[in-house]
Amino acid sequence: MRFVKTVTVSALALAISAPAAFAEWQPRKPVEFIIMAGTGGGADQIARLLQGLIEKKDLSPRPFIPINKPGGSGAEALRYLQDKAGDDHTVMMTLNSFYTTPIIQEDLGVDVTEFTPIGLMAMDTFLLWVHTDREDITDLDSYVAAVKGAGLDWKVGGTGSGQEDSVLTAMMEAAFDYDVTYIPFPGGGTVAKNLIGNQIDSTVNNPAEQMEFYRAGSSKPLVQFTGERMAAFPDTPTAKELGVDIEYYMQRSVNGPPGMSEEAVVWYTNLFNELFNSQEWQDFCTSDGLTCDNFLNGADLASFHATQVEAHKKLIEQVGAEAITGE
Amino acid sequence: METILVSLGGGLLQAFEPLNLFMIFAGCLAGLFVGCMPGLGSVNGVAILLPVTFLVPPTAAIIFLAALYYGAMYGGAISSITLGIPGASTAVATVFDGRPMAQSGKADKALMAAAIASFIGGTVSIVLFTLFAPPLAAFALKFGPQEEFALMLLAFATFIGLGGDDIPKTIFSILLGLVMAAIGFDIISGQPRMIFFDMVEFQRGIGFLVLAIGIYGIGEMLWTLESTKGKVQMHSVNITWARFKENLREIKDYINSTWIGSVLGFFVGTLPAAGATPASLMSYGLSKTFSKDPESFGKGNVAGVAAPEAANNAASTGSMLPMITLGIPGSPTTAILLGGMIIWGLRPGPLLFTESPDFVWGLIGSMYVANVATVLLNLALIPVFIRVLAMPFTLLTPIIFMLCVLGVFATTDRMFDTWIMLILGVGGYLLRKLNYPVAPAVLAIVLGPLAERSLRQSLISSQGDVTTFVTRPISLTCVILAVLLISYPLIQRMMRRRAEAQT
Amino acid sequence: MTVRTAELLMGFATLLVSLGLMWNVYSDGLRIGWVEGRGPGAGMWPFWLSLGMALASVATIIRWFQGKTPESRSTEPYIAPETLFLVTVSALSILVLLVLMNIIGTYLSLMIFMFFYVRFLGQHTWGMTMAFVLGAPIFVYLLFEVALTKYLPKGWPIFEEGFLWIDNFRWEYF
Repeated sequence: MRFVKTVTVSALALAISAPAAFAEWQPRKPVEFIIMAGTGGGADQIARLLQGLIEKKDLSPRPFIPINKPGGSGAEALRYLQDKAGDDHTVMMTLNSFYTTPIIQEDLGVDVTEFTPIGLMAMDTFLLWVHTDREDITDLDSYVAAVKGAGLDWKVGGTGSGQEDSVLTAMMEAAFDYDVTYIPFPGGGTVAKNLIGNQIDSTVNNPAEQMEFYRAGSSKPLVQFTGERMAAFPDTPTAKELGVDIEYYMQRSVNGPPGMSEEAVVWYTNLFNELFNSQEWQDFCTSDGLTCDNFLNGADLASFHATQVEAHKKLIEQVGAEAITGE
Repeated sequence: METILVSLGGGLLQAFEPLNLFMIFAGCLAGLFVGCMPGLGSVNGVAILLPVTFLVPPTAAIIFLAALYYGAMYGGAISSITLGIPGASTAVATVFDGRPMAQSGKADKALMAAAIASFIGGTVSIVLFTLFAPPLAAFALKFGPQEEFALMLLAFATFIGLGGDDIPKTIFSILLGLVMAAIGFDIISGQPRMIFFDMVEFQRGIGFLVLAIGIYGIGEMLWTLESTKGKVQMHSVNITWARFKENLREIKDYINSTWIGSVLGFFVGTLPAAGATPASLMSYGLSKTFSKDPESFGKGNVAGVAAPEAANNAASTGSMLPMITLGIPGSPTTAILLGGMIIWGLRPGPLLFTESPDFVWGLIGSMYVANVATVLLNLALIPVFIRVLAMPFTLLTPIIFMLCVLGVFATTDRMFDTWIMLILGVGGYLLRKLNYPVAPAVLAIVLGPLAERSLRQSLISSQGDVTTFVTRPISLTCVILAVLLISYPLIQRMMRRRAEAQT
Repeated sequence: MTVRTAELLMGFATLLVSLGLMWNVYSDGLRIGWVEGRGPGAGMWPFWLSLGMALASVATIIRWFQGKTPESRSTEPYIAPETLFLVTVSALSILVLLVLMNIIGTYLSLMIFMFFYVRFLGQHTWGMTMAFVLGAPIFVYLLFEVALTKYLPKGWPIFEEGFLWIDNFRWEYF
């Protein structure tokens, strides 16, 4: 992983060029920091870390209050934010269900491109893991062979139908032309534990979820679904190197409700930009295997969201919503 | 063994450092306070106070949070006993006997039993933790969905005798709880279920606390208002030294249940995904089943307070084990603790014991000290808690209603749940008046989601083959135990009948 | 209404609720059957358990006609007239509290709620009343907003502004 801290020119430019009155906007009451996932998960950890840093560095005159709204794979949080249109004291920590949930739950009536983009804090990555006991599996080819040999007896663990890893699992099924049994568990940590306990055969986990077992020598990564190899896993090939066109990330961005006032957007953008560049955040990114090279914001983040929404629509269409929802 | 003792000694020394000692007491007190508010439990306390701990070193921070966790476990019993409202799901079983005891003027005995049982439970659990952490972690890994479901079966089996005399009504109550547990987003199929009136809030489902506070907070208050006509005050007691000593002598009445609860609590707590709630329920059920006087349970048997309290404290220590050794939380609270550890730069996982021994042993050492601290604080504060019962009804009622509303709001940050609480509370009251038992519904909503999910996970992984539950050794053992437990009261009754026939 | 009548009505009410739940699950298109190779479908658990609830309700109704349960023979009033007032007032007071919280915010609602209970129902002294009317919101503010950093409902914007004006002192001076 590279540690080029790209100070975002646009945010800075905005902050400088903004009239003095704009820069003076500050929260007047505690800020609701919505988390579209449950307590203890990756998004929750990040939000609580950011909240702690804001407090520690005294960056905000009013505290940020983390509020979990995990209902319906983020549906509840998305609708809540939508209904908060125009509110300057609510921001949300998002993950990829930000894109997938409105696509799968069509009647939710949420268009995420209307939301106010604030800042992209990190990109999380996915790797394919198996237990180290599986000595017959050393690379992607032997993996595919083993899965094809086992057929539906091959059990892949994941964090729930419709979640990011189920999308990725469905993509792999399509790419390699095999069928596996997908078992949903609550949370990536539980998935990791079930892999180590040999309750499941393989999983696509984030690095953070498997890191400790990997270091203890209980699990091994076979392939990473990134553009280029991550520094933490220099010996693991990317899918693209092996001629399989799968590249998939989990975005971790902060967004506001639709119609947030410009002054507030500037203030939040500066705040999260400062957090992004802090030593603590960059350290966290390294230890958790997150990619934190670029702080996207404003129009850049908006177009990023737009392309991601389109990409996810295509993906879901391609693998079929049924392959993701399971039934 | 020797290395363990040396490490433990080091850990204890660390716990006695002034800062850490202060953290232990501050944590216990904060936990006690948060825990005894209906609705606010250790999860809230730990989540909210997490950022505060960025100011101190990691060891002091985790000690603070662990002490808070402990304190909250004790605190939950206080509101269960004095107000009849379980502060957290772990304290539900404490209401069953704690509340009747308080109503008959034995609140001090119940509180004392809770404190002592918690202390024993906690201590037994830490000793087991100190000695067997690594092998137990290996055992926890063997626990797949099949074992989880078998364990849930066992939990239901221990509760077979809890219902009332009216069988159809008991069945209705259990099923109602199970169905309510299914409301919301289904992670297995990725589909929303039972979203009434298309309200997106239902996607999160109905939480245990909303039902428990509705039924035990609102419903119970309405019930008491009616049965006392709003005039009679509850019995209050004067605490004297003589009474204290008398209470101390009564330990023998519940010591057996306490042991059952301690050991059971620890083992169930160590299993990821199980946690303290099933542990306390199973412990209550087992104590009742094997009691010489099962009839008195639910009517104010002190063993019915001790068993779940020993178990929930033991389990709260136990649930730290998968967190520390595997990096997997055994309960929602440990999930947040885990987040905290990651933020402090520690990596909970199989290597933590070897890489950060100071931290781990400091934590273990502080758990010993925290246990002593909480029991002392608790015993000292019993007279204060008892005062609550002496308040006139017209003052106590609005306070309880206020805490119910705000407690529910504070756990989920949405008014929606307070409405559901009111509806369930009034509904529960109307049902209860017709002799529908409400406890089974509350238990079912706790265990229901775990049971359904693990059942479906198991069957997906076995491709629909139901024999999967009896072909795996641990799961088979649990199933057999469950069957034995279910048939135990029947066998007992048959034996008694035969004995009567012979005489 | 006697307990006897209430028991029958409740039996029918629970039966209706159960059937409603079954219909809800069924009409949502959830799989209520066994999915080959996957075990229970998403709707199986709630659907068949609701059926169980319906059967339990039917059993209660049958037992009512047979007069088997004590409730089905009791001609006592379901809720005695003298307590009906207390119970209704309590339930309604919470309802009003919840409605008011959305309009005038938590603190003002709590003051009204406390005044109603302590002075109006409890007939306590003015001193006691004021202690509760002022003490409750202060306690709630300190516990929930200051110590636990929760943002309780503040009602309509105008009332929220009023609260923020007071809350501002905390940030200015502490």
